[in-house]
Amino acid sequence: MEETREIVIPGEILGDAKENKSSHGTYVEDGKIISKFLGISKKKGDYLSVIPLSGVYIPRREDRVIGFITSVEKVGWIVDINSPWEAFLSLSEAVDEFVDLKKVNITRYYDVGDVIYAQVVDTRRGDIQLSMNTPIARKLRNGVTINITPSKVPRLIGKEGSMINTIKEKTNTIIRVGQNGVVWISGEKIERAIKAIKMIDEKSHILGLTDEISKLLSD
Amino acid sequence: MVMKTKEKLIVKGKRLDGRKPDELREIEMKVGVIPNANGSAQVMFGNTVAVAGVYGPRTVHPRHLQEYDRAIIKCRYNMAPFSVEDRARPGPSRRSSEITKVTRLALEPALFLKDYPKTAIDVYIEILQADGSTRVTGINAASLALADAGVPMKDLVVALSGGKIDDTIIVDLCGKEDNYSEADIPCALMPRRKEITLLQMDGRLKPEEVKTIIKNVLKAGEEVYEKQKDALKKRYEK
Amino acid sequence: MRPDYVLKVLESGERVDGRKMDQFRDIKVETGIIQRAEGSARVKIGKTDVIVGVKMDLGEPFPDVPDMGVLRTGAEFTPIASPDFESGPPGEDATELARVVDRGVRESESIDLEKLCLKEGEKVWTVFVDVHIINHDGNLIDASALAAVAALKTAKMPKLEKDKIIRDKLEKKLPILHEPITVTVGKVSDKFIIDPIKEEEEVLDSKVSIAIREDGKICAMQKSGNLSLTVEDAEKMIDLAVKKSKDIRKFL
Repeated sequence: MEETREIVIPGEILGDAKENKSSHGTYVEDGKIISKFLGISKKKGDYLSVIPLSGVYIPRREDRVIGFITSVEKVGWIVDINSPWEAFLSLSEAVDEFVDLKKVNITRYYDVGDVIYAQVVDTRRGDIQLSMNTPIARKLRNGVTINITPSKVPRLIGKEGSMINTIKEKTNTIIRVGQNGVVWISGEKIERAIKAIKMIDEKSHILGLTDEISKLLSD
Repeated sequence: MVMKTKEKLIVKGKRLDGRKPDELREIEMKVGVIPNANGSAQVMFGNTVAVAGVYGPRTVHPRHLQEYDRAIIKCRYNMAPFSVEDRARPGPSRRSSEITKVTRLALEPALFLKDYPKTAIDVYIEILQADGSTRVTGINAASLALADAGVPMKDLVVALSGGKIDDTIIVDLCGKEDNYSEADIPCALMPRRKEITLLQMDGRLKPEEVKTIIKNVLKAGEEVYEKQKDALKKRYEK
Repeated sequence: MRPDYVLKVLESGERVDGRKMDQFRDIKVETGIIQRAEGSARVKIGKTDVIVGVKMDLGEPFPDVPDMGVLRTGAEFTPIASPDFESGPPGEDATELARVVDRGVRESESIDLEKLCLKEGEKVWTVFVDVHIINHDGNLIDASALAAVAALKTAKMPKLEKDKIIRDKLEKKLPILHEPITVTVGKVSDKFIIDPIKEEEEVLDSKVSIAIREDGKICAMQKSGNLSLTVEDAEKMIDLAVKKSKDIRKFL
């Protein structure tokens, strides 16, 4: 499958709607497929898509995100997932056992300020639901979080985790990357890991980034 | 406002600053100038300098302003006190309120607001130096800032002013021309489909002249479009 | 970055961006960037970016000093510069910044205000110094004060023709006698820091901004933050500010 990449601007015509199919980041008008974003255009077979170079996080089902509990409600918690919309973690999606609300204060499970690694299960916009009902979900303790541009997350992770694993090894840290652009780090050389992560965020589009990162980590 | 002057504004086909009637001032555009903003840009048309910053899409404050099915776009056009000849008192004026509104209406048709229900997109425009055509310079900066912020757009928004001085139709009015012109017509458009999103006029002209000015502005706008495109692509070159 | 992390790093004597406790970020000063203003400067300290414009106009002197020009300093924290800034009239932070910058210029007798008197008791030049924040990443006071002095130092006066101001022709320089430099020192637990970024400012216990003239005299001070300082703290902060002001002076 041929993959061509090029920087395109909003309103730029990418191809003909008769010969191609409009995919993510594009729209169709007057028989033409047009870019919606300032981003990288991709052509895979017939499908034309554009990956934005920047932008806020738009939650998608099954995304794994790192969020911050911002308030405790009656039957759940409100979570900040670095997105224009707040998310909700319901009690039933957070706790396995039966909870007697008359006797138990749910802050014993999660409280304001807690950092969680969760999954998005529903994304009606303005009404985003999270769940901890998945093996990777957990409370993240004693770490540091930084934000990167959500569209740069795949670059940070690298092919089959190659980039993030290199950073983890060289800095002796545990790193969890949320698809929402929030990164959690714990361990030894945290500042160096942060430097590497920020470099990827700022220079993700340049060639030779992998070498620059290796140099930074080897110092 | 039209002031009278005995001074000739066009001498031997050249304007006060040496330009031809359909010539634009020197244009500089830079994207990504405000690290805190989601998107930003600085645009200069000659001595007119505008900087725009976009925050969002983000949650709406106060909450009751949010729309259930789309993002709302809020704009604020503001002039720095040192941007004009006689220092301006800081704060909104009736003029800046009106420009805020028409700027918002110039940008809105280009945005896919339905992609972000219950959110707000805030666009701030600061004029750092004013030498004519400040609202269109601001709109050009805002268009770049919106694209830089990753807001989905149908098209960029290109803006330019047109007018008539000494019986000659001109584009891109500088401050002095603005003061003495027989008409000042700021326009904004989505360039691909040539759809006009801002159209205002101050002056006295025959309908045919107005139509000619609009056509001239659309034509000269192609150069502004190329500049915006270059500025955006340059943001990510290394 | 979360505040608790930033605080932890500071308490251990380090900073999240790797700087030393008393180290300034990269500083860039550009003057004359707003040609149509009588004076202007843009200062970047790290990602903090501020522009100061100097405009001059004719006005009346203050009644108690009828033979001196007038200095007026303003500051706008417009929302373009930070998600923490709101539209509207200047809040207490913007007002404080304007007054602190003003105090530094005024108390150091930076501008020779007597030379700005045209007719005693009736007509003097008014110098407007307006601070416009473009990007807020901490230490707005030091950046704004530096930009103000850089702008004043390179400002030129408009021509006066029979009581009419001709701005197109700028003639003599604005008469400047002294150049104050303002350095803000922050305190967090038992550590002192210079040039805090926004996230560091949010965890400081208190800070003191000190304006120092080129002859070493201190002309203005402002403490902010809600925790108290010991006398020893204050003395240490003054010494640190005076020492660091020498590093900044070379940018003027």
